[in-house]
Amino acid sequence: MKPSIRILPALLALAMGPLATLPAMAQEPLRIVIDQAVIDPMPVAVPVFVDEGGAGDLARNLSRVVAADLAGTGLFREIPQEAHISRIGSFDGGIAFEDWRAVNARVLVTGAVSASGGRVTVKFRAFDVVNGSVIEGAALQFAGTTDGWRRMAHKVSDVVYSKITGEGGYFDSRVVFVSESGPKNARAKRLAVMDYDGANVQYLTDSAAIVLAPRFSPAGDRILYTSYETGFPRITLMDVGSLKRQTLGEQPGTMTFAPRFSPDGGTVVFSLERGGNTDIYSMNLRSGGLTQLTNSPSIETAPSFSPDGSQIVFESDRSGAPQIYIMPASGGEGRRISGGEGRYGTPVWSPRGDLVAFTKQNKGRFHIGVMRTDGSEERLLTASFLDEGPTWAPNGRVIMFTRETSGDGGQAGLWSVDISGRNLKQISTDGPASDPAWSPLLP
Amino acid sequence: MTFIPKGLLIMSVLALAACQNPDRYGSGGAGGAGGAGGAGGGYIDTTGLGDPNDPSSIAYFNQSVGDRVLFGNDQSTVSPEGRTILMGQANWLNQNPGYAVIIEGHADEKGTREYNLALGARRAASVQQFLISQGVNGGRMKTISYGKERPIEVCSEESCYTRNRRAVTVLSVGSGV
Repeated sequence: MKPSIRILPALLALAMGPLATLPAMAQEPLRIVIDQAVIDPMPVAVPVFVDEGGAGDLARNLSRVVAADLAGTGLFREIPQEAHISRIGSFDGGIAFEDWRAVNARVLVTGAVSASGGRVTVKFRAFDVVNGSVIEGAALQFAGTTDGWRRMAHKVSDVVYSKITGEGGYFDSRVVFVSESGPKNARAKRLAVMDYDGANVQYLTDSAAIVLAPRFSPAGDRILYTSYETGFPRITLMDVGSLKRQTLGEQPGTMTFAPRFSPDGGTVVFSLERGGNTDIYSMNLRSGGLTQLTNSPSIETAPSFSPDGSQIVFESDRSGAPQIYIMPASGGEGRRISGGEGRYGTPVWSPRGDLVAFTKQNKGRFHIGVMRTDGSEERLLTASFLDEGPTWAPNGRVIMFTRETSGDGGQAGLWSVDISGRNLKQISTDGPASDPAWSPLLP
Repeated sequence: MTFIPKGLLIMSVLALAACQNPDRYGSGGAGGAGGAGGAGGGYIDTTGLGDPNDPSSIAYFNQSVGDRVLFGNDQSTVSPEGRTILMGQANWLNQNPGYAVIIEGHADEKGTREYNLALGARRAASVQQFLISQGVNGGRMKTISYGKERPIEVCSEESCYTRNRRAVTVLSVGSGV
């Protein structure tokens, strides 16, 4: 059964919270500015949510996922539950803010859960502990199916994160990736999806054919990827709900790969190789019509639309080594934006439109980096034996990518990093994994 | 899927694909008749290659003519040494017209996945064009790129990369496409 969630009308009483026990004192606003070079993580307390009937383990589990989401950003630091002085026995009861101030909490997230007949209702409030008040807008109620409980926790976290940072959330999202197994010279690859934090893995294909570099549609309902299912690399479109798949634009004697959706989901841009030469094409998914966007004897690949759909950033080795270019969505020569030392590839336009993430290869190392769309302000966020294939979180603040270790036992894993370069960490997966692609924020 | 007219998209017919599948690496792959040449790639089936002493066997082609050429870093130009091997391949293929050919292009791991797919395709095409220039019928040949997906050597050193940057001429019985 597909988990579903709907947001219930926020109750006025929920937003007002219990009566504040202290007059609000003028304090610095509760705000994390993510662009700051150094961030002292904001201390947050997430006591076990109150069981308002039938919740059982869900009350504890939901609160743990919320705490993990917030602390996992590196912007918050959890005050461990063992350190709490106060207990939250009743969701609408008074809050002893002095007890939370005593353990140095700056933010307190309280919640309540009730469940019956496969349905769960979650409500929560986030408090500014210093001011002793509910953070404006950080009080909501969600209802959904029991199997979607993690999503409800992520929704709580998204609201708290977004009210405090002023940025969109990204926790209630999925990542499609390639699950890997087997030795390096005979790697088996399967398409899989997981929650952004590695939970709830589902496999979409078996490992009979090599699959590469999947991408979600803008609505998250379809996936494009490259598959060897027909024996030759072909771009393939899968419906996430039914898992039905179709090979697109099959032309004998050609290889097609590197497919990505346009922002409206109606067009696919991809690479088509013929006679050893690779160019970028677009296909209208309604008409099937094919348009050639580049026409050059060099390799043109890894296209990515700007969020407004007007431009495409791509990779070309026309200068003698791979570099990053931007052209109109209708095609053309393009202008080069990468200018530094080394080789640049896999450009991905950020959902905010301001940055391009890329893979850079220089002096025997690989990096994930970002630059502005005019190529300025290049910043390298990572360095390792092999980092590649960045994908943006829905809020444009976090990047996930593939990191592979060297040697005969080399294995790929999924890692994420903030666009500030902070909070580099590996995503926990069952086994080796590569080629992550983030979904939009779920509805 | 409702917005995609079915007539415009070609469904993969998997049963058919299995017969034509050139992926001799895939766990479900049938296809080509080996071509490992003793290179030690894990899952390659080397049975049915014939007697290496029979000059018209696949085993002879793989071992005595040489089934592969190697490329420099990020290069797809056939080296002088490679040209000698390919002239031998062309000569053999012209004398043994009963074999179909798939040329596989491969890259080492020091590159991004999709660029390496394109690079492998360049290498395969380079070999195909050379063989055509030597009189081999283009209709017998197909190309495929595996990018960096199927190394034969697994170390992360130049000694392995050198052997992984390759184009392999894989034979199967049949007059081709």
